Amino acid sequence: MTTRTPLLDETAIARALARMGSEIVERCGGTDGLALVGIQRRGVELAYRLKRIIDRAEHDNIPCGKLDITLYRDDLQTIGPRPVVGETQLPDLEGRTVVIVDDVLYTGRTVRAALDECADFGRPRRVLLCVLIDRGGRELPIQADIVGKVMTVAPDERVDVFVSELDGRDAVELVRGP
Amino acid sequence: MTGLGKDLVGLEPLSAEQIRLILDTAEPFKEVSERAIKKVPALRGKTIVNLFFEASTRTRISFEFAEKRLSADSVNVAASGSSVSKGETLVDTAKNLEAMRIDMVVIRHGASGAAQFLGQRIASNVINAGDGKHEHPTQALLDLLTLRDRFGRIEGLKIAICGDVLHSRVARSNIWGLTKLGAQVAVCGPATLMPRDIESLGVTVIPRIEDAIAWADALNVLRLQLERMTAGFIPSLREYNRVFGVTSERLARAPKELLILHPGPMNRGVEIDSDVADGPHAVILPQVTNGVAVRMAVLYLLAGGAPGPGQAMGGEER
Repeated sequence: MTTRTPLLDETAIARALARMGSEIVERCGGTDGLALVGIQRRGVELAYRLKRIIDRAEHDNIPCGKLDITLYRDDLQTIGPRPVVGETQLPDLEGRTVVIVDDVLYTGRTVRAALDECADFGRPRRVLLCVLIDRGGRELPIQADIVGKVMTVAPDERVDVFVSELDGRDAVELVRGP
Repeated sequence: MTGLGKDLVGLEPLSAEQIRLILDTAEPFKEVSERAIKKVPALRGKTIVNLFFEASTRTRISFEFAEKRLSADSVNVAASGSSVSKGETLVDTAKNLEAMRIDMVVIRHGASGAAQFLGQRIASNVINAGDGKHEHPTQALLDLLTLRDRFGRIEGLKIAICGDVLHSRVARSNIWGLTKLGAQVAVCGPATLMPRDIESLGVTVIPRIEDAIAWADALNVLRLQLERMTAGFIPSLREYNRVFGVTSERLARAPKELLILHPGPMNRGVEIDSDVADGPHAVILPQVTNGVAVRMAVLYLLAGGAPGPGQAMGGEER
């Protein structure tokens, strides 16, 4: 039987994002040379929300892009049928501080792929990783710099993130069972 | 989600859903070719043989670029200069290549059915890059992608395929693809170059080019395949141009502006006039650009291997 336990609701997500926005600006010492890059799919929505939060607070217009890492996955030989490839649309990354935004950090393989793909577009001065949920379970030496919420989730459990732009509501839920 | 199976032999065996999957997959690949570093690692470690028994510039180079931009390793084999010229059979050539542990074969061959024949006999994926008068699926797919780019849809479009329909694998693949996606298709050309019973493929025959131009939203102008013409199909090239040539004078009399496609290579001044080919409504070069994206999509989808569980749900890292 599948059970769904709410972890974050709309208000909690909004509060987490607001804090993450100020943390990004704080860690980068302002918005100069800053660029946000969201990983398809829900990382993109979160990146654009962070952009709006930072733009409002800092009266700026920071560049924001989207990245699809499908073609850089390390398991393309074993999975199938191939997942549909999403759109990649990046601002100029050369010399910038790039903040990669994703919804859930788990094995770290998506982030590894994202770093490889970014490197093919230019040489950022510095790259930071920002995730809404860090669920543990890393298989690669990768850690997040800015985190909404850290939690320990068993390998047979799943974290589902819903964003209103795609799913009609904002929520984070823990899923147990098939 | 639907896969494509092992081989791409033609558009006839594909469903509308499978054709749409290829076109949708081609969209993000367009962007890869616009990058400063035009390469993604998706097919790293895959070995592909381009086995070309017939002359080809565009298709072969387009496949090669698609393979390289996906990081596959590819080898070109031309019939001349290979053991094919010593009399080796198609299957023996392919089996020997397979013994060197290849993953895919892209084949162009003068005999209709060669790609399917090969696909049934080797374990590697086979992609048809044109077989005799049968099919040229990737050409039709790039035509479909170009039409969809310009009109936003295929359904309900009126497409006239003009010229040498008899010898044209491009025409056959286009007819299958267009009709499956809900377009109306007409063919226009001299009776000597029109296959008997072509209507059974679900198309209308329009004998006069003027009427085809008046009816259609887009013309796909076929190349007069002079190298395949063993008998007197047309009186002369000049007469062909006078009666069936797509000229700016004829297009000027059309009730609306038409999109002009041509699979290349063009016989300028025969089936198409230079001012039409270079004019504002020709999408002949965008077709070539789309060709690389469509071939990347086909290679990528066929390399997918055995069907497994679908994409993970949103939220969870995959």
